[in-house]
Amino acid sequence: MASEILREISASDLLAETLKLKHAGYRMVAISCTYKEVMELTYSFDLNYDLVNLRILTDTKTELPSIGIIYAYSFLYENEIKELFGVNITGISPDYNDSLYKIPVKTPFGIQE
Amino acid sequence: MSILRMSKTLIKNLLHGPFTIAYPLKKKETYERTRGSIGISIDDCIFCGMCERRCPTNAIRVDKARVSWSIERLQCIQCGYCTEVCPKKCLDMENQYTEPSFGTVRDVHIKCTNTQSPSES
Amino acid sequence: MGNRTIVPFGPQHPVLPEPIHLDLVLEDETVVEAVPRIGYVHRGLEKLVEKRDFQQYTYVAERICGICSFMHGMGYCMSIESIMGAEIPDRAKFLRTIWAEFSRLHSHLMWLGLLADAFGFESLFMQSWKLREEVLDVFEETTGGRVIFSVCDIGGVRKDIKKETLEKILGVLDRMEKELTEIAGVFLNDSTVKLRTRGVGKLSKEAAFELGALGPMARASGIEMDMRTQGYAAYSQLDFKPIIDLEGDSYARTKVRLGEMFQAMDLIRQCIGKMPEGDIKVKITGSPKGEYFTRLEQPRGEVLYYVKANGTKFLDRVRVRTPTFANVPALLETLKNCSLADVPILILTIDPCISCTER
Repeated sequence: MASEILREISASDLLAETLKLKHAGYRMVAISCTYKEVMELTYSFDLNYDLVNLRILTDTKTELPSIGIIYAYSFLYENEIKELFGVNITGISPDYNDSLYKIPVKTPFGIQE
Repeated sequence: MSILRMSKTLIKNLLHGPFTIAYPLKKKETYERTRGSIGISIDDCIFCGMCERRCPTNAIRVDKARVSWSIERLQCIQCGYCTEVCPKKCLDMENQYTEPSFGTVRDVHIKCTNTQSPSES
Repeated sequence: MGNRTIVPFGPQHPVLPEPIHLDLVLEDETVVEAVPRIGYVHRGLEKLVEKRDFQQYTYVAERICGICSFMHGMGYCMSIESIMGAEIPDRAKFLRTIWAEFSRLHSHLMWLGLLADAFGFESLFMQSWKLREEVLDVFEETTGGRVIFSVCDIGGVRKDIKKETLEKILGVLDRMEKELTEIAGVFLNDSTVKLRTRGVGKLSKEAAFELGALGPMARASGIEMDMRTQGYAAYSQLDFKPIIDLEGDSYARTKVRLGEMFQAMDLIRQCIGKMPEGDIKVKITGSPKGEYFTRLEQPRGEVLYYVKANGTKFLDRVRVRTPTFANVPALLETLKNCSLADVPILILTIDPCISCTER
């Protein structure tokens, strides 16, 4: 079976770490978000069925750069996380401005006002 | 010829007649395992409430004081979890589906006890 | 340069069975850009995990999608089993594989029908769905449900398949294979069908990788990626090779899926031949604690489950990244510079399942 690695990194290292993986030939599998006291983002990458997960602990106020310049197809995940959890991801392209999902509640999975 | 690829299938189909069943007139046979609806033999029930607690959709309601067991038919998803957890095995999965209906349908089963007739309670 | 027009496409559209809305920016008859909008069937099933205990959630996980329902249940159960370190019996693994491969067969047959419907070949659509009906009957006989099976459980499966039924399944497969060969001939060789699929929505290998395409979409562009080769369930004991094609157009995607259908039949036969005797379930006690990423190959591609458990009956988080979600960027790319008449076919070639995507 393939291996799974989980590494915790800081938000400022995100772009550098992602770029390293991109150069190594990894493909992005998913960006997952979990909200339990802290916002916990997990970026998953795959090369030959080996999974590498980068974890960032953050909150909704801190700005987080989009990795769209490295993996163009990350925009859907980032739009989704921004919309459902309210994580402040900047520079998403294209940015759907909270209109990807047609939901009545704002950030239903994140902090509820 | 590449244009008439489908003809063989179509002619076969024409000779065979419809593959569908004329539903209200003829009913499709169910299988032994077909999950249709939940049934209860109320006399064996001990009203422990296990099915109520385990039901993923909260369709079942058990009232120990009134010795009644009821199920919201349209809320039930026929997963069969209640039939598995029932300690007396008095719940079972029946083959027949519930009748189509409007609104909510709650089937109530009340156990008749010898000491007290249902009309008194 | 012609005038730009925006044509709203969906969520209700005659050829589109899925609630996705696309704003198609057109220049004359050619699509320049497509902007997706989903969320019409968002049910918040990932959030529901906080209200249902982890055993009840098995039934919720199955209901994420109606087509790959078994695989969703299986993926969730496998995640919990991995967290708890439970090893399920061999027979359960084989039974899971049989149902999973039948699901693939059923999903691809449905897709074939919808594709035929998209280019207006109604009788071919009916033929595909007639075949699919046989698979549904097998499901009903073995599990009790035609779409939602509720047979996968944490620690194994809830129902066994009897020996006589297994033999009956072999008979069904033989009959289906003959009929499928006939239909496959139409899809691959009929000149009218070829006119609509050949060269439409071409996606090169590099582009498919850059856009993160998955499943049959990636395999049709020559990327050899199939999670089944990782040997989850009983796949490690079966003999198969991912089916790939190099063309990358809609025709190649049809070809890959047709190949996978014959492969699924072969895998079911192998499973029945190698089926071990024994238990179908191990007892699971306690509550899970930890987190795990599980990946499986669904009919539409790789799916990722992320389960985080905190040691109580209620899980912290279940995340499902469905294949359609990952295939949307690739779809948006192939839609660029295609003609408006080809849009339905292009949307269908990714085999969209929007209900899956929105959970």
